[in-house]
Amino acid sequence: MNIHEYQAKELFEQFSVPSPQGRVAETAEQAQQIAEELTGQVVIKAQIHAGGRGKGNFKNGFEGGVHLSESAEEIGIIAKQMIGQVLVTHQTGDSGKVVNKVMVAQAVDISKEYYLAILMDRESRAPVIVASTEGGVNIEEVAEKTPEKIIRETIHPLAGLQPYEIRKISSNLGFAGDTAKQFGNLLRALYKLFISCDCSLVEINPLVTTPDGQVLALDAKFGFDDNALYRQPEIEALRDPSEEDPREVAASEFGLNYIGLDGNIACLVNGAGLAMATMDIIKHFGGEPANFLDVGGGATEEQVTNAFKIILGDSNVKGILVNIFGGIMDCDVIANGIVGACKQVDLNIPLVVRLEGNNVEAGKQTLANSEVNLIAADDLSDAAEKAVQAINV
Amino acid sequence: MSILVQPDTKVLIQGITGGFGATHAQLSLEYGTQIVAGVTPGKGGQVFESKVPIFDTVDEAMKETGAKVSAIFVPPAFAGDAIMESVDAGMDLIVAITEGIPVADMMRVRSMMEGSHSRLIGPNCPGIVTPGDGPESSGGCRIGIAPGYIHKKGSVGVVSRSGTLTYEAVWQTTLLELGQSTCVGIGGDPINGTSHLDILKLFNDDPDTESIIMIGEIGGSAEEEAAAWAKENCNKPIAAFIAGATAPPGRRMGHAGAIISGGKGTASAKKEALREAGIAVAETPSDMGSTLANIL
Repeated sequence: MNIHEYQAKELFEQFSVPSPQGRVAETAEQAQQIAEELTGQVVIKAQIHAGGRGKGNFKNGFEGGVHLSESAEEIGIIAKQMIGQVLVTHQTGDSGKVVNKVMVAQAVDISKEYYLAILMDRESRAPVIVASTEGGVNIEEVAEKTPEKIIRETIHPLAGLQPYEIRKISSNLGFAGDTAKQFGNLLRALYKLFISCDCSLVEINPLVTTPDGQVLALDAKFGFDDNALYRQPEIEALRDPSEEDPREVAASEFGLNYIGLDGNIACLVNGAGLAMATMDIIKHFGGEPANFLDVGGGATEEQVTNAFKIILGDSNVKGILVNIFGGIMDCDVIANGIVGACKQVDLNIPLVVRLEGNNVEAGKQTLANSEVNLIAADDLSDAAEKAVQAINV
Repeated sequence: MSILVQPDTKVLIQGITGGFGATHAQLSLEYGTQIVAGVTPGKGGQVFESKVPIFDTVDEAMKETGAKVSAIFVPPAFAGDAIMESVDAGMDLIVAITEGIPVADMMRVRSMMEGSHSRLIGPNCPGIVTPGDGPESSGGCRIGIAPGYIHKKGSVGVVSRSGTLTYEAVWQTTLLELGQSTCVGIGGDPINGTSHLDILKLFNDDPDTESIIMIGEIGGSAEEEAAAWAKENCNKPIAAFIAGATAPPGRRMGHAGAIISGGKGTASAKKEALREAGIAVAETPSDMGSTLANIL
């Protein structure tokens, strides 16, 4: 799950991680008012999840999703041209994204840029702090070209971040005196945020020092553990469905695990591993999968029906492959779901079904007795081959 | 023999009164597994299906029944605590079926387990099956949610991160008359208790296991580590399959651990590492059994 820049800033404020002064605005008037409260140069940024905002262009002809100005009035005029308009960047695709909000903040002078991140590391099974004196650039490139410039500190999961670890990182970054003290406070606050909010990643790039001696988080990227959202209602509330694939939003409402892809053979599978493997085998026989879809181990007839509706809502889909290995799951439930779905939607593309496992004969009978026009397959290879052939007729 | 569990292994189920736990406790009993106790806090003194006594705590259940293995069917919010309770009680083996445990909880669980003698399998896994001699492999030890009837007592050791892909491999080796010694689902989470490598070592030492199927997927580097060890140390033939060749980077493919991040954990890199270690890699999930049969 991703969040907006202004939401990241609000989390920083809540946990006392210093960042430049500023706020989010939903109207041009609000934007101007915020700018009036600030002094000197002010930055205004369109709030969408996609990157490349600075070089993006609005469909109304206005250029750039990030602007600087010293005039509050001008900030208001810029905001008017951004809010409610569609911004296209290299990451949004041609359709772009509607900008509903803008962030207005103090522009800061930078002495030096740093990199600071905390992530949940699966290899060490612990939080790891990553820091570097090379900030504001692609950190993966730094790690590859100059690995000695990357500082990694593994934190004991039960002991938590210790003062000596903060001193070690601070010293390795070259901080001393008051700057070291400020950095220590920032890191302590950031670690608290990371743990309290069940983050999988918090990345500040760049972290900056200013000529007047401040240490500030200038830009942040967050990742959250989806498994922990049940105990993070405030984080879950930050979700912006308008930024997500509408098919995925619809699927999640029915408890389905769906990820949209670019191909034309849709699949409906039980189990995540088998769902991935089904995508792979479609590709193996020369087809392109249209989606990942795991209906889970305890799918109901209703879920299967809804899964079909979501699949058929994708106009790229030219054929469907259903692959079920019903271990405990009853194949007849799946069969009834397919029949039910075909009654509600107009199925006019090839449907290949492979059923195996628990109560498979009843499931096959249900399908055979129905009016549904489908191609039955014996095993997974057979099913994938038939699906690829069917759409190439 | 077999690994980890045998038909006479005494099993306790944490969360036996929940819908999911109850269904699978019943199926395991029908399979012939020695389910000797259930634990549900607040329901101590009750009896499950008129045969399995229920206790309030794992400690009490262990002392009363001699259970050595615990299966966790507790909801995600309470599963970390349930695992730690079993570790504290001194269980030999803990099999966590629960899907969706927060990563931070699992991190603390693993840290707390250091120095204990307990082994954790999972979480987010189908469990373990050692097939028996009876009809449809009954009379064996079934811990978790795998369908018992697809198994057949035999010689292939199966280890996998995915449930339904395990069933595919099991079914294929059953149809080929090879059968299985033990099947272990190690789970699809980024932080789990037991790795592919740990299970390969156990299979390598098990006289009943003559060959191995290892099923992996994108994300992490567990398959690569297992391959590197196998190259030098494993004296049994291994066939493998890796799921997720077509998965887009940066997306979590159902399993919390199935994600390509920073260009690492791709299917092609894993397949390359496996081949380099002399492991036969199945091209499709339909060929796992036949790929193994070809090298026997």
